[in-house]
Amino acid sequence: MDVTLNHYLVLSAILFAIGTAGVFLRRNVITLLLSIEIMLNAVNLTFVAAGRQFAAVDGQVIVFFVMTVAAAEAAVGLAIVIALFRHRESLNPEAFTSLKW
Amino acid sequence: MGFETIGFYVLGALAVAASLGVIGQRNPIYSVMLLIGSFGALAGLYILLDSPFTAVTQIIVYAGAIMVLFLFVVMLLNVPREDAAEWDRSHPLNRPGARRLGAALAVFLVLELGWAVWHISTREAVAFKDISSGGISSVAALGRSIFTDYAFQFEATSILILAAMVGAVVLARKEQE
Amino acid sequence: MDPVLIVQVALVVVVFQALLLSAAGMVWAERKVSARLQQRFGPTLTGPAGLLQPFADVFKLFFKEELKPKAADSVLFYLAPIISATTAFLAFCVVPFGPPTTLFGLLDRPVMLTVADVNVAVLVIFAVASMGVYGIVLAGWSSNNKYSLLGGLRASAQMISYELSYGMALAAVLVLGNSLSLVELVNAQSGYWFGFIPKWFVFLQPVGFFIFMTAGVAETNRAPFDFPEAEQELVAGYHTEYSSMSFALFFLAEYVNMVTVSAVATNLYLGGWHGPVLPPWLGILWWFAKLSALLFFYLWLRWTLPRYRYDTLMQFGWKFLLPLSVLNLLATAAGVLYFGI
Repeated sequence: MDVTLNHYLVLSAILFAIGTAGVFLRRNVITLLLSIEIMLNAVNLTFVAAGRQFAAVDGQVIVFFVMTVAAAEAAVGLAIVIALFRHRESLNPEAFTSLKW
Repeated sequence: MGFETIGFYVLGALAVAASLGVIGQRNPIYSVMLLIGSFGALAGLYILLDSPFTAVTQIIVYAGAIMVLFLFVVMLLNVPREDAAEWDRSHPLNRPGARRLGAALAVFLVLELGWAVWHISTREAVAFKDISSGGISSVAALGRSIFTDYAFQFEATSILILAAMVGAVVLARKEQE
Repeated sequence: MDPVLIVQVALVVVVFQALLLSAAGMVWAERKVSARLQQRFGPTLTGPAGLLQPFADVFKLFFKEELKPKAADSVLFYLAPIISATTAFLAFCVVPFGPPTTLFGLLDRPVMLTVADVNVAVLVIFAVASMGVYGIVLAGWSSNNKYSLLGGLRASAQMISYELSYGMALAAVLVLGNSLSLVELVNAQSGYWFGFIPKWFVFLQPVGFFIFMTAGVAETNRAPFDFPEAEQELVAGYHTEYSSMSFALFFLAEYVNMVTVSAVATNLYLGGWHGPVLPPWLGILWWFAKLSALLFFYLWLRWTLPRYRYDTLMQFGWKFLLPLSVLNLLATAAGVLYFGI
């Protein structure tokens, strides 16, 4: 059985589910950000596979943009993590429930 | 089984195993390292999909830049391992209502995945198009598309990056007395 | 079996061994050159002119005890040197080092003298180089030693900062050569201007060559940019806690990285195996001559210049080298557009 688009879509769905589970289960802001990266990558895989299926470069172009957004998100997200850690000495999101301290 | 089929299953299994490791880890530095492994496996899959440029950018941008940033922050904050007792005490999923809803959603998610896997094994699949003439694996074609069809989006991302850069510097800076 | 396939497999083995030997040769050359620059003789007892000194060193390291600090993270502590050495060797596998050859007519079709002729070779080198950071950072962190941690943090900051200028300098060459394949880039440098100046990119890109070599020295953590190990400040930086073969792997990685950066510079700026006088099939001699000259430059630099200060290093990288490389790229692109090279 040859590998087809469907295989890639299922793999991407599994990865996305793992990322989602990570966001719900983990209690560490850094791991939450990592789980979001897993989800973004699952979506990237879909785009590349679909681009291959329709023999178009557009899939890869969109992956390029997703990477840019992921880089921006990681930079800002980690800056927020550093700022929060400075105030609370914790990375548990439950520690950041008050709006002002 | 052809080379591509074996490659797909090996790399796919690696990606899934590494991603599971990322979320099943209490030590953040191991999570970061496992995620790099997962990105490597995905880069391999991109090569199987005739997209070498995307594969290499995946390594340069994700593994080489974004993950170094994560590692840097983990090292800088000297992040402690997640505490299992604290997890039990403070996790919102431990409230009875939330736990039931969460369990239901998880079952739904697993069912959905099972349904998808079952479906591809029964349906006739369309094989990938033959692109031996070049086409999508050419960097030139990719560049042409980005700088013509997607020129506006490209400029928009550059503004996004600039905003993110300023935002990161402002947020992470120590407040001056 | 297809003889071409056998030759290609043999090439893998030969390149790997040659890299190992080149590291040994570099250690010897380093000791000799440093000695000569300081009016000494260097190793003389082991073998003719001390040539066997690096092998004696390796044997010594083999029989040393492998030490690990009690509080170190055991998995990452052993993984780090492996990552360093692997990435160092991996980068070289896309570097071509000679013209296609049939081995004096032994083969029915010419074989490219490279382990893997990839059409995005330049990007692969860049990607592998960016993975090399992990070896050093993890070594620094997992040793659980403050000097190592400082060395690791310095290394990551320095390598990320200089990677940008490195990439920008590469991009200017890619614009000139209109390709991402190292083989095509080298072949774009064949021929002469006015019949005697070889068409090497270094003459079109003097600023780019300067940026590439400076960033290359910083990327390989060599003096005057050797802050990650700066022995007067940090004991030995990230490899303070390493001993025996784990230490040898870091040592090996440093020298192989130097060879790789010099080989890439040879191919991108100095015309690879193209050169005057020698016939084309002896081009490989030109390649080795250029490589040796660049490697000697590396050693010369280390034993001549004192170490920078860390903040001046970062200022130099971000406020001088990066803007310069962006300007260089813009000027190159404008030139290519205007003259239609």
